[in-house]
Amino acid sequence: MSILVDENTTFIIQGITGREAVTMARECLDYGAKLLGGVTPGRKGRQVHGLPVEDTVRAFTEAQRVDAAVVSVPPVGAADAVFEAIDAGIKLIVVVTERIPRKQVAQFVEYAQLQGVRIIGPNCLGMISPGKTRVGGIGGSAEATRRAFKPGKVGVMSRSGGMTVEIANSLSEAGLGVSTAVSIGGDAIIGSTYAELMPLFDADPQTEAIAIYSEPGGRAEYELADYMKRAGSKKPIVAFMAGRFMDEMPGMRFGHAGTIVEGRADTATSKIANLAAAGITVADRIGDIPRLIEEGLRGK
Amino acid sequence: MRFYEYESKRILAKAGIPLPKSHFCTTAEQAREAAVAIGGPVVVKSQVLSGGRMKAGGVKFADTPDEAAKHAADILVLPIKDLLPVGVLVEEKQQVVQEYYAAVTYDGRAKRPVIIFSDMGGIDIEEVAEQHPEHLSRTHFSALRPFSDYIAKTAVSNVGITGNDLTALTRIVSGLTRLFLDRDMTLAEINPIGKLADGRIIALDCHADMEQEAQRQHLDLLKDLGLVGDEKRQARPPTDFEMEAERIDGADPRGVAGNLTEFDGDLGLIIGAGGGSLTLFDAVRAAGGKPANYCEIGGNPSVSKAANLTKLIVSRPNVKKIAVMMNVVSNTRVDIVARGVVKGCIEAGFNPAEKIALFRIPGSWEGEGFAILEKYGVPYVDRTVSMDEAARIAVENMKKA
Repeated sequence: MSILVDENTTFIIQGITGREAVTMARECLDYGAKLLGGVTPGRKGRQVHGLPVEDTVRAFTEAQRVDAAVVSVPPVGAADAVFEAIDAGIKLIVVVTERIPRKQVAQFVEYAQLQGVRIIGPNCLGMISPGKTRVGGIGGSAEATRRAFKPGKVGVMSRSGGMTVEIANSLSEAGLGVSTAVSIGGDAIIGSTYAELMPLFDADPQTEAIAIYSEPGGRAEYELADYMKRAGSKKPIVAFMAGRFMDEMPGMRFGHAGTIVEGRADTATSKIANLAAAGITVADRIGDIPRLIEEGLRGK
Repeated sequence: MRFYEYESKRILAKAGIPLPKSHFCTTAEQAREAAVAIGGPVVVKSQVLSGGRMKAGGVKFADTPDEAAKHAADILVLPIKDLLPVGVLVEEKQQVVQEYYAAVTYDGRAKRPVIIFSDMGGIDIEEVAEQHPEHLSRTHFSALRPFSDYIAKTAVSNVGITGNDLTALTRIVSGLTRLFLDRDMTLAEINPIGKLADGRIIALDCHADMEQEAQRQHLDLLKDLGLVGDEKRQARPPTDFEMEAERIDGADPRGVAGNLTEFDGDLGLIIGAGGGSLTLFDAVRAAGGKPANYCEIGGNPSVSKAANLTKLIVSRPNVKKIAVMMNVVSNTRVDIVARGVVKGCIEAGFNPAEKIALFRIPGSWEGEGFAILEKYGVPYVDRTVSMDEAARIAVENMKKA
């Protein structure tokens, strides 16, 4: 098992003829993912790596089962692309695009909730169930992806795309491997938070432990702590909080759009204390994550 | 981007929110004229982006134009948290009988915009939330449906306000919310809203933050304020060092090599990308290192872009060495970054082997990258060395400088 995506997941890429999307399509195909094709308005009839390009999402959904869509269009058209995918009946949408204004994110996230659609991102690299499939640019080339993401027992959730790969790599090197890794996105509003994905990891027999990468700014870590207090989790969780230096620099944004200290609750210090109080192990150093996961697994 | 108080007030005035008479001044003489024009007691307020100006002596009351000029002269040269003001706001002094707080922002947890309202204005709102939760309302609303005034009314009514005050406050909060939505703000706050002795209710101090990404859609407003757009204004205005890095990043669209923030240490950092930079910056400090800057590289910057950024950083007199480090990356080409930083060091007149404390970028074209580093004698490590360990080695190598 794994969560969200597996070897049967079919998907399309919206904005597939863009430079980065063309690379992403190549990498997904090389990894063995069931990519069906993509959408770029006005480019119907073209091909990307032998896959069809259509003008509309419906052209795909009316012809076959489409489990997911990756939105890789410029910020100005990203919200529109998400609305199109939702209205075409796609139930899992990965929004890779960075720099979408917050109001538009709030709008499509609200619409997705009303329609029972799950959004991952925006500003993310997508997700991977190692050995099965990957949906998005996560991991880079198929070869680099296989090297960093070995199939295994740890679920990974991260606000940073790059750090998803770094953590997965360390788990793979330690022989623990990864069940599913989700780059959840670095924006102030994201479609799926840690707490919303936790029940999926809890229900997944392949996932034995969970590693989380986090940052100052926002309230997602409090939501996770509340989930732990309410629902609990039998699986050990190790979290790492980057950006401790930001506690001394309120009002300054670092790294991601959502990473800013505006109030006391936004600081790394408050978040660490809150996560620890909810029974989550907080790693002081990024390199300690595999060892702490192993300790957690032994202690269960 | 964060607006100064005087800019925020101009934005509020356009939205029809009642405000005291005020004039933005950059000299003591202008402040005197402003006080004459207002024709009564005034308050002279420092225009800085940092908070805490009242405590620091950046807000003073004056009964006469001479006094206003004197205060303005003092405040114009008074740094607040190391920042000099861009001017002063000379404003009609008010007889306030009651203060309120109103803000509109996005709640990432609810994934909705929210109105926060309190009848305990003028003080730290986090303190009110913790100690007097019954005096604070949070009213979430739909980002999809057109905004409706009753939502603002609900926010005000929920702290127990009725009568004429409810009507007047609803109008202000509704105006603030529409402005927040129309202008892609991430925060629009009035603190305090003041009820005056004569019963009128007006906005006394305010704060507005526009989403960086949406600036281009609001060039009309920015132009009215005398701004050009693409402003990078956070809790403080950018330094020359930061502006220069921004220029280098903007001059070449390939990859990211910028987002630089100046610090006062001696170890220059070229680190990446978003989350990796945060992790590495912490790791360098935890190892006892003193960063001269925070900075990001990511994507696929060109050789010249990486070289120019390196040159800028190593040319700072306080920078003894630089560390070039990233998390395991998917698409950044190691050889291109290696070539860029080596070139930047040489062009600035330094030996890369001495100037680069450590290079750790596990990515594509690794072998080619490592070959370049070996040729120039630059110390490097690969992905088997953790980010913490790499930071420790970099700091260790600093000591050999």
